[in-house]
Amino acid sequence: MRFKHAKLFLAGVIVLCFLISLVEDKINSYWLFISYDIGINIILAVSLNLINGYTGQFSLGHAGFMAVGGYTAAVITNQFGELNSFAAGALFLGSLLAGGLLAAITGFLVGLPTLRLRGDYLAIVTLGFGEIIRVIFQNMDKVGGARGLSVAHGWTNFFWAFGFAAVTIYVVTSLVHSTHGRGFIAVRDDEVAAEAMGINTTKYKVTAFVVGAFFAGIAGGLYAHSKQFLTPGGFGFMQSITIVVMVILGGMGNTPGVIIAAILLTLLPEGLRTVAGIEHLPGISREFPLSWVGDARMVIYSLLLIVLMLTRPQGLFAFRKSIYTK
Amino acid sequence: MPALLQLDKATIRFGGLTAVSELDLQISGHELVGLIGPNGAGKTTVFNLITGVYQPTEGEISFDGQTVVGSKPYRITARGIARTFQNIRLFPSLTVFDNVRTVFHLHLRGDIRHALWRGRAFHEEEKSIAAQVMELMEIFHLGKFRDAPAKSLSYGDQRRLEIVRALATKPKLLLLDEPAAGMNTNEKTELMRLIQFIKDKFQISVLLVEHDMQVVMGICERVVVLDYGVKIAEGTPGEVRANPKVVEAYLGE
Repeated sequence: MRFKHAKLFLAGVIVLCFLISLVEDKINSYWLFISYDIGINIILAVSLNLINGYTGQFSLGHAGFMAVGGYTAAVITNQFGELNSFAAGALFLGSLLAGGLLAAITGFLVGLPTLRLRGDYLAIVTLGFGEIIRVIFQNMDKVGGARGLSVAHGWTNFFWAFGFAAVTIYVVTSLVHSTHGRGFIAVRDDEVAAEAMGINTTKYKVTAFVVGAFFAGIAGGLYAHSKQFLTPGGFGFMQSITIVVMVILGGMGNTPGVIIAAILLTLLPEGLRTVAGIEHLPGISREFPLSWVGDARMVIYSLLLIVLMLTRPQGLFAFRKSIYTK
Repeated sequence: MPALLQLDKATIRFGGLTAVSELDLQISGHELVGLIGPNGAGKTTVFNLITGVYQPTEGEISFDGQTVVGSKPYRITARGIARTFQNIRLFPSLTVFDNVRTVFHLHLRGDIRHALWRGRAFHEEEKSIAAQVMELMEIFHLGKFRDAPAKSLSYGDQRRLEIVRALATKPKLLLLDEPAAGMNTNEKTELMRLIQFIKDKFQISVLLVEHDMQVVMGICERVVVLDYGVKIAEGTPGEVRANPKVVEAYLGE
């Protein structure tokens, strides 16, 4: 069978991430922070792909789960002052897991009543749920409300961001590539037939929501310790949409595609920023000013999305036989 | 011998419409029963009652001596009732192999944690399942389509795959909903042979809903006739054919 050495591979990647994190201070800090964003976005997109792509449940509430994890991790670690690196690592891991768990519990609670809904109805309910979470944090004075919450430590590094990205990819891929896991796709393809074939569709849908929410919570904790400042507005509707776009662009139910999409969509706005900055470099002609690229950055980004969706609706990276073709 | 499936005055109403009314039906082990009736007679509704998609408004349905009323469809399937659908419902984006493999989760010893850990036990179980799936597919000559998406199969092959997928649940009772729909005479003959073969090879009972009289009269040992949700006749194909009520239901007075 395939993926026979998946565990070994995962361990190797995690060790590699750790080694890279040891020489982090030699990397340009701008690109370093972008690399954290990439890792976090991979976690978000791959975990949402389990819900939206493989199980076919259109969720628009991923940023809500992310907020739960982010605030949890921030509040826990804010209780502590300076720690030696080992204690900090242990505490950080604990706070991330706690955030993930709380997000998973939220996912379970949201999942149970909403999973009777399908398609657009589910999308609207999850959207509403995401907004409720945001509003709750906005009105919670203990975590700064609308003013935001400072995160005392910045413990996210290459090891944590990409280590957890690797774990997310491993878990989602392992789940789907098994006799049990084919049930997720069966639920997406035909719920009535799946139920008639002995598949407990509710259990599968709730599992997808819980696992997806767990990793969104982890990503939230990593985000908190990367930006060191949380505002409820950062976990709004637009953030959920951005993750959904990564999943759709990568191809629903196509994990490698979704990973590449997450990387590209993180780099794209930053890359355009760099293009805009080129004219300030010495030796570049000033005759063709490029500063407009900086102003029109988000417009170009949106236009690119439109073009990509028009030309490759099956997902940008669906070269191999995608399992999502109807 | 107690009946495998027993319906006692099973009734279901949708608002003011009584779709199935006080239906008594028994199916014993290793029996091939046909359920026929004009359009809208409630045949598929009976299937949906037996498989738990609908709950009876009144009456009792029991399988293997235990009630199925109130059970979810997936639990009833696990207890040994499998079905096919009138309009084929495969998992279109999964391969032919995976369509059948998915069903084997019913027979797994390990749960989903095995898939995450991916240890030796997991790989051995997956290997044995793959072998069983292939064995089952080979019986029905579907092995050559192993890696093709289910939706790419021809109509007849899709019907066959749906039956194979139902058999993968290892049922005691197989419900076939209009398997001959859209088939030509040759295919129908082939289908009749297939149903007979399944019944003998797997030693199971079959309840067949079918419009096609050639198929029903050709293979069923007993035929039940429904009209407007009421059972109007029951007996051997010969008896049913001679029953004036049946003729009237089909042809009018």
